Amino acid sequence: MKFAIVVFPGSNCDRDCFYAARDVIGQEAEFVWHTHRDLSGFDCVILPGGFSYGDYLRSGAIARFAPVMTEVERFARAGGPVLGICNGFQILLEAGLLPGAMLRNRDLQFRCEETFIRVETSRTPFTGLCREGQVLKVPIAHGEGNYFIDEAGLKDLEANRQIVFRYTDASGRVTPESNPNGSVSNIAGICNRQGNVVGLMPHPERSCEGMLGSADGRVIFESVVADLAGRGVARAANALMDRQTIHQVEKAAGGASGCR
Amino acid sequence: MSVKPEATQQRQEAISQHQDPARRRDATRRREPTSRQIREEGLWRAMGLRDEEYRQIVEILGREPNYTELGMYAVLWSEHCAYKHTRPLFKLFPTSGPRILQGPGENAGVVDIGDGQAVVFKVESHNHPSAVEPYQGAATGVGGIVRDIFTMGARPVAVLDSLRFGSLEDPRVRYLFSGVVSGISGYGNCLGLPTVGGEAYFDDCYAQNPLVNVMCVGLAKQDEIALASAKGVGNPVMVVGATTGRDGIHGATFASVELNERSEEKRPSVQVGDPFTEKLLIEACLEAIRSGAVVGIQDMGAAGLTSSASEMAGRAGSGIEMDIALVPRREEGMTPYEMMLSESQERMLVVPQKGREEELMAIFARWGLQAVVVGRVTDDGLLRVTENGEVVAEVPARSLTTDGAPVYRPEARRPAYLDELWAFDWRKLPEPEGPEALGAALLTLLAAPTIASKEWVYRQYDYMVQTNTVAGPGSDAAVLRVRGPGNGKGAVKGISLTIDSNGRYCYLDPFTGGRIAVAEAARNLVCTGAEPLAVTDGLNFGNPEKPEIYWQLTRAVEGIASACRELGTPVVGGNASLYNETNGEAIYPTPVIGMVGLLADVERRCTSAFGREGDRIVLLGPVGEELGGSEYLKQVHGIVAGRPPALDLDMEKRVQKLCLAAIHRGLLRSAHDCAEGGLAVALAESCIGGNIGATVRLPYRERADAALFGESQSRILVSVAPENLDELRQLAGGYAVPVLPLGEVGGAGLRVELARIEPEGRIEPEGQTGPGTIYLPLEAMVQNWRESIARYMKK
Repeated sequence: MKFAIVVFPGSNCDRDCFYAARDVIGQEAEFVWHTHRDLSGFDCVILPGGFSYGDYLRSGAIARFAPVMTEVERFARAGGPVLGICNGFQILLEAGLLPGAMLRNRDLQFRCEETFIRVETSRTPFTGLCREGQVLKVPIAHGEGNYFIDEAGLKDLEANRQIVFRYTDASGRVTPESNPNGSVSNIAGICNRQGNVVGLMPHPERSCEGMLGSADGRVIFESVVADLAGRGVARAANALMDRQTIHQVEKAAGGASGCR
Repeated sequence: MSVKPEATQQRQEAISQHQDPARRRDATRRREPTSRQIREEGLWRAMGLRDEEYRQIVEILGREPNYTELGMYAVLWSEHCAYKHTRPLFKLFPTSGPRILQGPGENAGVVDIGDGQAVVFKVESHNHPSAVEPYQGAATGVGGIVRDIFTMGARPVAVLDSLRFGSLEDPRVRYLFSGVVSGISGYGNCLGLPTVGGEAYFDDCYAQNPLVNVMCVGLAKQDEIALASAKGVGNPVMVVGATTGRDGIHGATFASVELNERSEEKRPSVQVGDPFTEKLLIEACLEAIRSGAVVGIQDMGAAGLTSSASEMAGRAGSGIEMDIALVPRREEGMTPYEMMLSESQERMLVVPQKGREEELMAIFARWGLQAVVVGRVTDDGLLRVTENGEVVAEVPARSLTTDGAPVYRPEARRPAYLDELWAFDWRKLPEPEGPEALGAALLTLLAAPTIASKEWVYRQYDYMVQTNTVAGPGSDAAVLRVRGPGNGKGAVKGISLTIDSNGRYCYLDPFTGGRIAVAEAARNLVCTGAEPLAVTDGLNFGNPEKPEIYWQLTRAVEGIASACRELGTPVVGGNASLYNETNGEAIYPTPVIGMVGLLADVERRCTSAFGREGDRIVLLGPVGEELGGSEYLKQVHGIVAGRPPALDLDMEKRVQKLCLAAIHRGLLRSAHDCAEGGLAVALAESCIGGNIGATVRLPYRERADAALFGESQSRILVSVAPENLDELRQLAGGYAVPVLPLGEVGGAGLRVELARIEPEGRIEPEGQTGPGTIYLPLEAMVQNWRESIARYMKK
């Protein structure tokens, strides 16, 4: 399968994701420039971490207007698996592909450290090989990762099984101490209703090799490989769907790009 | 449509008044002093030039300089740019060796690590800016040194920082400290450049004048190394990156004078960083260099256009002619003086091959950056600056650079304070009574910010990005995996990085302090399993015009040079920051040593953490009992005095070789350098790191506190599996290194049985004549050590 690693000006985990996908997991991977308007031929899209457009204005706020994002939305609406990591997660929130918003970390400082996250659902293409309740050791590195959603939104997330990862302690207990940034309900990652779009603040690409402290993040990349092998449809769907169909899908999904 | 002739003429007059370049230049020039005013009013003095330096400029030019030219000389002949007081001393350093591809003289040193790969690295200070504007001062410090690395064609892969502040009890110090850490974090993180290591010391002498030294390390293919040389007459000269504004004018001059209560007014001479632009600049410049179209490239650091143009021309023996009207600017009405002295960040000067300008412009445009041809390389050796074709400055390029700047060898005099400090005898101090007091002293040391965990600092740095950080901050030295040709075929290489210094040792004895800084940096690398390769030095001192300070500087450089020679680690580049004084009070002489080492197989590395219950704990190297200059004296007795620990470089070399050999044979489970706080702190740190206790028996001759907390050199605390102990002993015999088995790993706390060695060599049994047994639960040590700095910062 083939990963698209989107590169915005200021992305800085693009090369790490590329390395994880190609050299560690052994799949095809290609960088896709932010001005690019074609994702055909790709099976999975990764929005990597970094400081797209310097994170000026607000994290992800400018990146969502990049030309490539129209295609990412189209890809997502067509059911293609999309993974937003850290800044990529922030961009997905800004683009309205995922609900909620990011605040600055509780202590107002950038935080880089190992965290433990518990897999809350295995229904997404990125967690299919995980056991629900499985604890992964994956690091964080962000200044704005304090996930916020209002109460009604949180209920929705819970009801639709959209919470994918929660910060826990090493044994999988959700505790205030294991919440590194103040996120609502210790949320570390979520998905859209369909489950094909996943965003998370921790960096699975940094925990793919034991030498770096943990190889727990591999399962996230391996899951999507297995998922696509099982389905074998995403690429076909993407290639076959003509523009009209895509517009219909977009309408059905509740809005074209630009509406939130 | 008909227009009356008079009206046309009127309009043309109006245009010429507003738009005629000549008139504009006159207007500009009217705001600047004339050559005559400069002479009559002695305006060079306000720019930091001496009278004889002004006369020298007149002699070089054969005429009086205009205001722009004077400004150019003033900045490039500042201590910061010209190293007027340190250049003769640099000659003492060994600078070549079998692995050295590029020594001092370029933007950074280059060292061969095999497989066609090279490490490119350098340290630089940003002390003065950080003293008045901590966030931007530190941020642009990172930006500047990172540009020095990628300008060589190397991808920056790591940053290390060496910080010095006053006591964290002082609210202003906390403001400076948190501002500097945020600045490094804000800039480095955005670049996607991991800050993998560093050090922070706290002492009152740095209260007003903090030190911010940043070391950047890059990796390059040897055949892609780029140099900063303006070769090829007729080649174009391009300015790339950010626009030029009025920020940072005379930043280098400001960095070359002492601080005082009015220094805050100099905040406008601190530059403002934009890491986003820098990130784009990194990618674009590396792409440009790989294209092969770049002949020479240099960043615009201190004194921006002036330094980059004169240095590039100077290195090539060529000249450069450029029209500053073509330089993209961020504000209107900037004078030639301002243009040439601006220190706006994130700019580079590039000399491409003639005819390939457009290729480069396309690369930079793709990254959203400007690349503009502003001039060309000439053969007359002059830096000729024009504005819309009219010459506004014309000086011999080389006369601006370190080749042309004056050199000073002021008087050096051994400071009188040393006699008193050296006369101090720690043996006359009251000894802490009983094991409880010694245990309390250990907890005090663990909580001292200089020794305590720096987690509060490094958790604000992204130390993992680029996914090569095998050992990050908190280790003796950082270890990065090096991807490359070897990957997948046999061992994966690694590089080990550290930065180190002890200003207090240098204050008490700069020669020994300089030697120890080198020895300890090498020891840090060795503890990870790396072979030390080369050094970059950051010399932070007071005002060299004072004989005592110049003596400190000279002695420290001599010490560093001798240790580098002895340990086989040449100096490949560095930086000097002088005039670190506030209201006449100098900082401790603080030569910072950045060092890079190589691990042939990154899997054969070692950490400082105890690993397994039952492992034997062994001290490699001499047992010492000395307290001079120790952290213990300062923290527990409030005394800074005595002689720093003695250093026997021959023993040091043997201990390091032994440790490396033992790691390579897979004998060691852990290795940790004994540094500040001595053996006791090393034991505690190895326990904390492994989250496991230890029981040791520590023999001493005179005083238990000296054995516990003395900072004797050339000692490495290791742990080994019991079955490997004999082999380690044998190995040590071969290197003639003393080995002292201390005890074993295990339990929930650190237990130290103190055993006095009687004069006849008999060691008393436990609890008989010694002060007894210290016991500290792991939890208490962790609490004191881990949260100490965070507790201060919550105040």
